[in-house]
Amino acid sequence: MFSSIRRILSVALAATIFISSSLVAQHDEGAHGKKGVEGEINQKEHAIDQNLKENEEEFNIGQMIMHHISDSHEWEFAHGMVLPLPVILYSADRGLEVFSSSNFHNEHHEYNGYHLVHGDSEQIVPVDESRTVYDFSITKNVASMLLSAVILVLIFGSVAKAYNNRKGKAPKGFQSAMEVIILFIRDEVVKPNIGPAYEKYLPYMLTLFFFILVNNLLGLLPGAANVTGNIAVTMTLAVLTFIIVHLNANKHYYLHLFKPTGVPVALLPIMIPVEIVGVFMKPFSLMVRLFANMTAGHIILLSLFGLIFIFKSLAIAPVISLFALFMNAIEIMVAFIQAFIFTLLSSMYIGSAIEDNHEPDHGH
Amino acid sequence: MALLTPALGLLFWMLVVFLLLVFILRTYAWKPIIGGLKEREHEIQSALDLAERTRSEMAKLQADNEKLLAEANAARDRIIREARDASDRMIAEAKEKATLEGQKVIESARKAIQDEQYAAVSKMKVEVAKLSLEIAEQVLRRELSDKASQEKLIAELASSARLN
Repeated sequence: MFSSIRRILSVALAATIFISSSLVAQHDEGAHGKKGVEGEINQKEHAIDQNLKENEEEFNIGQMIMHHISDSHEWEFAHGMVLPLPVILYSADRGLEVFSSSNFHNEHHEYNGYHLVHGDSEQIVPVDESRTVYDFSITKNVASMLLSAVILVLIFGSVAKAYNNRKGKAPKGFQSAMEVIILFIRDEVVKPNIGPAYEKYLPYMLTLFFFILVNNLLGLLPGAANVTGNIAVTMTLAVLTFIIVHLNANKHYYLHLFKPTGVPVALLPIMIPVEIVGVFMKPFSLMVRLFANMTAGHIILLSLFGLIFIFKSLAIAPVISLFALFMNAIEIMVAFIQAFIFTLLSSMYIGSAIEDNHEPDHGH
Repeated sequence: MALLTPALGLLFWMLVVFLLLVFILRTYAWKPIIGGLKEREHEIQSALDLAERTRSEMAKLQADNEKLLAEANAARDRIIREARDASDRMIAEAKEKATLEGQKVIESARKAIQDEQYAAVSKMKVEVAKLSLEIAEQVLRRELSDKASQEKLIAELASSARLN
């Protein structure tokens, strides 16, 4: 009993050390700058090859987790089942370049003067280090996002059709299932927080909620992408909310930022920066909350499954699977909760900015 | 750290895809859905209002009915009472008339009886006189022949005359 606990602890410790050491390595690498990128890449390639060889014998849980939660230029459903995705690159000298990511499947992961570097996340780096290249590839996350967009359009297209065809009749089937959620978002989230002018923002809020929800749920499927656990995605959503808030905010809101009422003049040098930081903290908290929740959920699930491979024991598998099942149920709940919270907070921010007799919300 | 650095390509695609999604869903999904929901809510509200209105009308109608019923009952009672009074009165009148009539009849009967009596008495007087005359005649006639038989005859005649 004790020995097994000790074993688990030592494994966990090893995993922590690995993750942190790889982080440190990543950090150091930035300090080197651009000089000798090629040499570094070669070195990395070598290290990766070495790693791969070692992996034959030793399972590296940190690498496995990072590989699964970060973006990729191909969609690996299972080991060996890989869907190559289009790579789209833009550089000032060569213009737009489009090719399949399967071209990188060679000895040096090199094609057409580009290197595919496998680190914590994949990166396409030009071999000629003086060039700068912008990567607009359809990565695994983009593909998954497109899939979710198609799913959303199909679902709500059919629901909208049901509303058009059954005008004045009671809702039926899938239509009534979706109606419950739409009504919940409208009546419990958007209407009470935004106020009487809610209808203008309702389409955005509904899209926001269902986009996050579908991506959260898709992300739980085996082999799926971690879209809402990607900081770029949550950042875009948060920035959109930020823009909507500040395009629609009334003069009370802006006045409150620079001339808060009931604050002594002596405190203004402190209060104004605090207010301004608060403005940016709101979208920042939105971004981090969703990202951290989804990524953490994925890391927990992957760590659980990783334990099976660490113990290399068939007896532990059912226990871990049961626990993973439990975690999956919690993750489904989290998928709904996070979509709900993002929408709720977005409507609260908008509501406090367009409110008539102000006193903006200080909540975070 | 790679996990915390947003990738340019993903940012770009996310922005494009999400904005497109917002516009597509707004036009083709949210508009009809929200419109349909609103319309239905409006219909339900108006149906509820109508029900409320109908109920108040029904209540008013019922009150009217009750009033009418009460009036009808009162009218019926009045009519019955009047009829009973009328019949009572008529019965009393009829009784009075009958009594009067009866008395009249009795009176006339009594008068008739009296008249008859007078007539009978006067007639009897005549008869008695006649009979007495006859008897006297017979007695006078017999007296001449036999005294005993005369007495006997008088007794006989007297007994037969007593009946009248």
